[in-house]
Amino acid sequence: MSLNKEQVQHIAMLAKLNLSDEEYAESVEKLSKIVDFVDQLSTVNTADITPMAHPVDAIQRLRIDDITETNKRDYYQKNAHEVFDGLYLVPKVLD
Amino acid sequence: MDIYLQTLTELSKGLENGDFTSVEITKLFLERIAAQDERLNSFITVTASEALESAANADKARLDGKAGVLNGLPIAHKDIFCTQGIKTTCGSKMLNNFISPYDATIVKKISDAGAVILGKCNMDEFAMGSSNETSFFGPVYNPWNLECTPGGSSGGSAASVAARLTPVSTGTDTGGSIRQPAAFTGTVGLKPTYGRVSRYGMIAFASSLDQAGIITRSVEDSAKMLGVIAGFDRRDSTSINCRVPNYLLDLNESIKGMRIGIVRQHFENGSDEKTLNLVQDAISELKSLGALITEIDLPNIDLSVPAYYVVAPAECSSNLSRFDGVRFGYRAENPKDLHDLYCRSRGEGFGDEVKRRIMTGAYVLSAGYYDAYYVKAQQVRQLIAEDFQKAFSSVDLIAGPTTPSPAFKIGEKLDDPIKMYLNDIFTIGANLAGLPAMSIPCGFVDDLPVGLQLVGPHFGEQILLRCGHQYQEVTAWHKACPEAFK
Repeated sequence: MSLNKEQVQHIAMLAKLNLSDEEYAESVEKLSKIVDFVDQLSTVNTADITPMAHPVDAIQRLRIDDITETNKRDYYQKNAHEVFDGLYLVPKVLD
Repeated sequence: MDIYLQTLTELSKGLENGDFTSVEITKLFLERIAAQDERLNSFITVTASEALESAANADKARLDGKAGVLNGLPIAHKDIFCTQGIKTTCGSKMLNNFISPYDATIVKKISDAGAVILGKCNMDEFAMGSSNETSFFGPVYNPWNLECTPGGSSGGSAASVAARLTPVSTGTDTGGSIRQPAAFTGTVGLKPTYGRVSRYGMIAFASSLDQAGIITRSVEDSAKMLGVIAGFDRRDSTSINCRVPNYLLDLNESIKGMRIGIVRQHFENGSDEKTLNLVQDAISELKSLGALITEIDLPNIDLSVPAYYVVAPAECSSNLSRFDGVRFGYRAENPKDLHDLYCRSRGEGFGDEVKRRIMTGAYVLSAGYYDAYYVKAQQVRQLIAEDFQKAFSSVDLIAGPTTPSPAFKIGEKLDDPIKMYLNDIFTIGANLAGLPAMSIPCGFVDDLPVGLQLVGPHFGEQILLRCGHQYQEVTAWHKACPEAFK
C-alpha cells in the first residue's frame, strides 16, 4: 500500500471529511491504487515543459467595474438551514 | 411515423406545419416518462405542470408569430444545470433539497428559444462516474439491456433520449461524460470546444475540463441545438468570445477530400475486437464518402487517464469545498462545533466516489506533493495538447472508438476505481486539450450499441457535424430504437 491509515487520516482532515472506520479501511486500499496508477506520470520527461494553464490559448478578460448584480440576500437565503437577521447561523465558534 | 420516434428536427417541422401542437407532444412525452421511466430511472425530477404551461405558452407564441428556434419542443436537462425554482440535486444527497435561485445560461438560452422542459435527468453524483451508479438517486438502466449501465456521468440524459422519453437532453462532459453514455445508448453526444458553451450555472466539478453539450438522436439535431446554446457569456470567465456560425449551413456538403486521422494507439491497447471492427467499418464508410484516411500518432495519449486523475480530482477538491453545511446543502444533525458541522455534513452528504476524488485531490495538492503530481500532470497535459495540435496540422479531424467496449453490466466495475477510470481512455484526451468531440452510433455488438468518436480542432464543431451528418445520411444506426421502448 502506498498510503497508510495515518496519511489517509491527514488527507481526510485536509478535505474536512468525517469517515467511518470502514471507510478508512476502504480508502487506504482504493486511494493507494489511484496513487500507484497516477505515479506512472513520474516516468515522463517533462523538463522545460510549461504546465498548461488554460486548454484554449486565451487571455483572462477583465470587466468594467460596474454594479451588475442586485441584492437578493433574502431570496438566496431560502436554501439556508438557519438564518437570523440576514446572517447564517453555525454552532458557537468561541466560548 | 409515431410522433415519439421523430427527431427534434422532424418534431420542429411538424409543429411548424401544424401537424400537432406543443401541448400534444409534451403530453405524449410526459406520458411516456410516466409509463416507461420506472424501468430506467433516468429522471430525478419531472416538471409536468410547468412543462404543460410552457407548452401552452409556446403554442400561443406560434399563433402570435413569435416562435423561437426551439418553440414548443420538449427537452430534458441533466440535473447538474441550475433551474430556477426547480430542485437541482447534481445526483447528490448534498443537494437533495436545493432549489436553485437562478437559471444556468444554457437553461435560459434553451427556454428563451421556446423549448419545453420535461424535467431533470439522473446522473453520477457531481458528474463523478462512468456508469451512473454513483447517483444518490440510484443507478440508471440501459434501455438496450436493463442489466447494463447507460454509462455516465450523463447516464440519465443518454438513456432518456435512447428510450425516446425526450428528443434531446443536455449533458456535461469532463472526461467523456456526454460521449461515453451516448456510445453506450446508441445516441449522438456532442462535447463542444472548451469555452464554446457557457458554464455559468453548471455545478462545477473540474472547471478547466467541464463543458456543457447535448445528447440527441441525430447529428442534425445536435447542430440545431449547438446553435442555440453556443456563444459568449460574460458570466463565465472562461467563455470565449468568438462568432457562432450557422451549424446547419454546410451539413449537406460532401466530405470528399476531408482528411481524417486514425490514431495508431487506439487500435493497440487491447480493446474489444468486435467494437474495433465496427469502428473500422465506419471509417471505411467515411472513406467511401471521399474522406482521405491517414494514420497518425498521439505518442502521449496513454498518459491522458493518469494526468486526468490528478487534474480533475485537484479541481474537484477545490470546487467542492463550497459544500460546508453552512449556507445551503445538507447539514449534519446536532453538530458539536463548527469543525464537526463541516466534517460530518460533508462525510454524510457526499457519496463514496465523490469523497474518494476529493481526497485524491487534497492529496495531490498537499504540501510536498504539489510539484510531483499537480504540476507534473499539467505538464503532461501540455504534451498531450501539443500532440493533438501537431496532428491537426495534417488532418481535419480524428476518428476512432468512443469506448474500449460496449456497455458493461451494473456492478461490474464498481469495486475497482482504476478499471472504471480506464473506460474513459479514448475520451479524456479531448477534455485535456479542450477540443470538440462527438460520439455517433456505428453499429451493435451483441445487441449493444457502439460509438464512433470524432475529434476536431478548437472551434471545429462545423467539420465534426458535417462529417457526422454525412455518415448518418448513408447509415441507419442512429434510427434504431430499443425494442423494449417501442
